[in-house]
Amino acid sequence: MKYAGLLVMPAGFFLSIAAILLFPASPSRAAFVACGLAVEAMGLVVAIRGHMPGDRRS
Amino acid sequence: MIVTSPSLSESDFNLAFVLLLLAPLAPAGVALLNTGLGRARSAAQALLGSLVVVAAAVLIFALIGATYADSWIGVGHVAQIAGKRWNWAGTGPWFLSGFDTSSARAQLATLFEFLALTLAVLIPWGSGADRWRLSAGAATATVLAALVFPFFAHWAWGGGWLAQLGANFGLGAGFLDPGGAASVHVLGGLSALTIIWILGPRRGKFPKEGLATAMPGHHVVYVLFGCLVAFIGFLAFNAAGAMIWLGAAPSQLPRTAIDTLLSAAAALAATFVMTRIRFGKPDASLCANGWLAGLVTSSACSSLVSPIEAIFTGIVAGIGIPLLVEFLELAVSIDDPSGAISVHAASGLWGIIAAGLFAPQPGQLLAQLIGVATLLGLILPVVYLLFALLNRIVPFRVDSDGERVGMDLHELGGGAYPEFVIHRDDSYR
Repeated sequence: MKYAGLLVMPAGFFLSIAAILLFPASPSRAAFVACGLAVEAMGLVVAIRGHMPGDRRS
Repeated sequence: MIVTSPSLSESDFNLAFVLLLLAPLAPAGVALLNTGLGRARSAAQALLGSLVVVAAAVLIFALIGATYADSWIGVGHVAQIAGKRWNWAGTGPWFLSGFDTSSARAQLATLFEFLALTLAVLIPWGSGADRWRLSAGAATATVLAALVFPFFAHWAWGGGWLAQLGANFGLGAGFLDPGGAASVHVLGGLSALTIIWILGPRRGKFPKEGLATAMPGHHVVYVLFGCLVAFIGFLAFNAAGAMIWLGAAPSQLPRTAIDTLLSAAAALAATFVMTRIRFGKPDASLCANGWLAGLVTSSACSSLVSPIEAIFTGIVAGIGIPLLVEFLELAVSIDDPSGAISVHAASGLWGIIAAGLFAPQPGQLLAQLIGVATLLGLILPVVYLLFALLNRIVPFRVDSDGERVGMDLHELGGGAYPEFVIHRDDSYR
């Protein structure tokens, strides 16, 4: 779990970088950067849950 | 307040240099905070460790890191991707050779980076209090100084790809980090998170049943005095950063200083009220964290926002601190004695975003968000990987006997308060 979360986070970073390269228009660029941040947030949540002590993970 | 970078006059150079001489008060204050928020039986190790991690970091940075961090001398290592120039590393000389002959701005920039690094490596040191071995702390500081800080500092400050987002992609003025919110505080705070993950909580902190055990700091006077000391250092960092990285004129620095003060004051007031409502009485250590969170937020945006906006950013940081500290400890079982994740990482991220929210030029918010994405999506996993590998070579965590008797006796052979009785911890029985 903890490694899965940490592997997902770079995917969000590359999504954000791809957004500024591929979309010159401001709205779609902003939307894809936001999506990249959302992917990173999901990865962070998974990593945090993966690092919780086993008996406290509910 | 975003202006182009003119060449420094001699009086500007003198002012920036004097400001930078005051900047070490920020790491001094953070070291006092870290020590006070730890336990009495680990106090000497905590404060000696602050000196050790700083010494290890600056030596490695001088030997290796400064080469990649700085691009004032060379043009930087550039990759061409999709027709754009991505400057990903500096091309300074090795071992600071030729430093004397570099420009005044280059010398100030390098000095700023040295001092910023000392603060960045102290932030995770406090989070590993009472269980992190001194040698392992020094080893992580060298890794940060050699492999992580120089690259991000170059990207944000040294004309790297983050700083060039404005020129290459029309995103405002590019990623802005005048006081080191990203390069110092978020980097340090995220490093603290990885350290806590690798170390695990202190023994007895999270019993199998019931709530987390309260382990309050041993010296709240250190903590609160550390806040006052750090305030001077943050003023110096923010003002010097505005001059060096934004090209601010000396006449613009009083506004920067006032914004810094307002942000810290608003954050303290918000945390004071929040803890008063939540617990019936204000909590001293949380208020100290609130003050520091306001300072961290100001390091992102004090040169870029109006005084009223500085107050707003401070209030948000101050409200967030007690909530986040409680959430991290009670909901996700993160044992962070110094509160570095909330104070440095979360407040730094908020400051970076706030700087984009209040910026007048279009695209600035997106540039700041790309910086946030880089810190969370690239720096955090890389730091975790490096530290996890390092933990195989230099085990981070002290053995259970060392944790029981305290880090002072175990690592140094003597305590910080030899005439005091240090009580046994019943949770180990």
